[in-house]
Amino acid sequence: MFAYIVRRLLQSTVVLAVMSLAVFAGVYAIGNPVDILINPQAGQQEIARATAALGLDKPLAEQYFVFLRHAAAGDLGNSFAFNVPAIGLILERMPATLELATAAMLIAMILGIPLGLWAGLKPGSAAGKSIMAGSILGFSLPTFWVGLMLIMVFSVYFGWLPSAGRGPTANFLGMQLSFLSLEGWRHLILPAANLALFNLSLIVRLARAGTREAMRQDYVRFARAKGLTEIHVVGVHVLKNVLIPIVTVMGLEFGSVIAFAVVTESIFAWPGMGKLLLDSINLLDRPVIVAYLCIVVTLFVLINFAVDVICSWLDPRMRLVDSQA
Amino acid sequence: MRRLLPVLLAACSLWTLAANGTELRIGMAADVTSMDPHFLNIAPNTNISWHVFDALTHVDEDARLIPGLALSWRAVNATTWEFKLRRGVKFHDGSEFTAEDAVFSIERTQKVPNGQFQIYTQRIVGKQIVDKYTLRLRTATPDAMVPYDLDSVFIVSKKAAANAGSADFDSGKAMIGTGPFRFVRFARGDRVELARNDDYWDGKPAWDKVVFRIVPTDPARLAGLLSGELDAIEQIPTADLPRIRRDPRLATAQKVSWRTIFFHLDQYRDRPPSLTDNSGRPLERNPFRDIRVRQAISKSINRQAIVDRLMDGAALPASNLVSPPVFGHAPDLKPEPYDPEGARKLLAEAGFPNGFAMTLAAPNNRYVNDDQIAQAVAQMLAHIGIRARVELLPMNAYLPKARKREFAFAMLGWGSFSGDLALRSLVATANPAQGFGAWNWSGYANARVDELLEHGFATVDAKQREAIARDAMRMAMRDYAVIPLHHQFATWAMKKSLSYKPRTDEFTFAHHFRPQ
Repeated sequence: MFAYIVRRLLQSTVVLAVMSLAVFAGVYAIGNPVDILINPQAGQQEIARATAALGLDKPLAEQYFVFLRHAAAGDLGNSFAFNVPAIGLILERMPATLELATAAMLIAMILGIPLGLWAGLKPGSAAGKSIMAGSILGFSLPTFWVGLMLIMVFSVYFGWLPSAGRGPTANFLGMQLSFLSLEGWRHLILPAANLALFNLSLIVRLARAGTREAMRQDYVRFARAKGLTEIHVVGVHVLKNVLIPIVTVMGLEFGSVIAFAVVTESIFAWPGMGKLLLDSINLLDRPVIVAYLCIVVTLFVLINFAVDVICSWLDPRMRLVDSQA
Repeated sequence: MRRLLPVLLAACSLWTLAANGTELRIGMAADVTSMDPHFLNIAPNTNISWHVFDALTHVDEDARLIPGLALSWRAVNATTWEFKLRRGVKFHDGSEFTAEDAVFSIERTQKVPNGQFQIYTQRIVGKQIVDKYTLRLRTATPDAMVPYDLDSVFIVSKKAAANAGSADFDSGKAMIGTGPFRFVRFARGDRVELARNDDYWDGKPAWDKVVFRIVPTDPARLAGLLSGELDAIEQIPTADLPRIRRDPRLATAQKVSWRTIFFHLDQYRDRPPSLTDNSGRPLERNPFRDIRVRQAISKSINRQAIVDRLMDGAALPASNLVSPPVFGHAPDLKPEPYDPEGARKLLAEAGFPNGFAMTLAAPNNRYVNDDQIAQAVAQMLAHIGIRARVELLPMNAYLPKARKREFAFAMLGWGSFSGDLALRSLVATANPAQGFGAWNWSGYANARVDELLEHGFATVDAKQREAIARDAMRMAMRDYAVIPLHHQFATWAMKKSLSYKPRTDEFTFAHHFRPQ
């Protein structure tokens, strides 16, 4: 177990280094951020001075080594546009994104697993067919459009829910979170539903396929032969087996939802870190882009690790070992 | 109970009035990055600064200079400006505004790390506090621009902002100004909250509380207004204008903006990139050096059609580099009439009877409908035989490439509060020491224009300076230094119960919204 964790950590350090170099070179290739950030009335000398002040006049390799030296000390640099440390900027926005992503995943799982089970148990019924048809819609409709439709229907037409922004926040476990108040939920529900839609459809399909397969297995027949109630058979024996692929896929999807909630965050003006990334790319704010991706890679590593642990608990046959070990 | 109900209802409506009647919620189109008024000079940041702070000089809705914290100013001699300051102005913490604060603010613009406001103060070499309400500023050479430059220098409180960094402004600790609103809260990426300054010297604003919500997605901003969550929004997409005008619950305010859209065309290189004859061979000579070719291009563009069809009427065909209300606009210049026949003739006379081929570069996310305008101009150019391939890039990739001069024919938009300032950046011969021609992608060089500009910037009399600025504008535009297209309109939409005094500089000022 310990060797496994150490090896995992070493691997992720290599991934971080390679990723930061790629992003560094990529942003460098696009151009000089000062060209975009500078006051248009500025003359050539001011542009040169601003470029030098940010260290952007040095060769790429030198800039990268300066970055590495500071990064080793935990300093990922100051944002060009916000004039504050990039890492702090992202951590300040992270609770909003985590909250949104968690709410979306909860919606997806709480609705998706029962719906998928139902569709798997009664594949020929009208309900089962409609669930599957709905899941196709959930897959194929673009998030951007669905988000706007949600706003048009629930905010503009009915006026039930706010169209954009985040509700009042309160301190919870050291993070500024909004789900503790009713107003916070009113703001959270539309963007979370929008973000959940894709994963909801994914879970429905996974749960249905898993259920249909499990129902044909010997252990289900055996459990029935033992005289267990249908609820016990489905709720314990089938569900546990159905959950393994769902947990694996949802673990990966949770990372994606956090990292790429950007479309939903833009439409609903949700002040999360995805929106920050988009703004930073538009301004070529390299310290923020690099720091953001470092954090996201770290998150993915952590989530993958958690998925491995949960799966080994669900299925004791799995072991926490590397393939080569 | 039945008798109680009307009372309860009345109480409820009173409560609604109290909650909404004096609160104004505005949807902003771009993100505010910092509260520090001396850090980044970008429109959303400056827009917020104008609520909490004042400058010594202000500009009105037509971008003309008016008194701010300075009541009057005059040139004592060729290199010294004297400012008489407004008496009895209080900062939000109750302390009095004096010349000390003005000097401190001017000095702070030069100390903020990576700050972008030092360009407005770097030519000031001497600061003298004559008395509490009189300030003298000295420049090394005669400089007419000092009062204009000071419009960009926000006055912070010396007491509150001494040693303050950008983080102290974000937190509100140093956000002490003299402006119409007090700072309440800045939630990055989400909102800025302000409260009324009851002692404001220029009249009490109508709103107890103002919330600027940051909603950059156009449809989401409009949805916020339609659902009643926002009271007013800025930057309405032209495609949504007809619909908003039809809606009986909404009102709009519109004004010609200071932003002018034009094309730079490379006149300085023998063989500009991408220019070929129709068979793909590089051209022997640079056609843009011939004024007849430049004029032909200008004549081939149907500006009225672009304004009517692409901009839904929300633009004005341009003949100048600044829009009509702005200082130095030459009203006698008229937009080039659409004349493809004459354009073809001019091209033939210049030795290009079959035209040529080139790349037309433009951003696709910066100016109103920029990508569609580029496509339309390319088609119009095709009618006179110039085959233009359109290259569209997002601004973050476009600008660095353009500044490396990778384009021979490139779109740019410019907002300037005087014609000579625009000319200085866009068409003056490149001269880094003076800051001339920093954005002169055309490589246009005309010693007469440069001379007029230098003369104008040293002329402290505003009337004379405007006459000189107009002469320079005429000279550059009659020479087709660049090809102007149109001046954008700035549009705001709001609830029917509100009115707004629209501004040429596109700023959205809460204190200029009024309940009707």
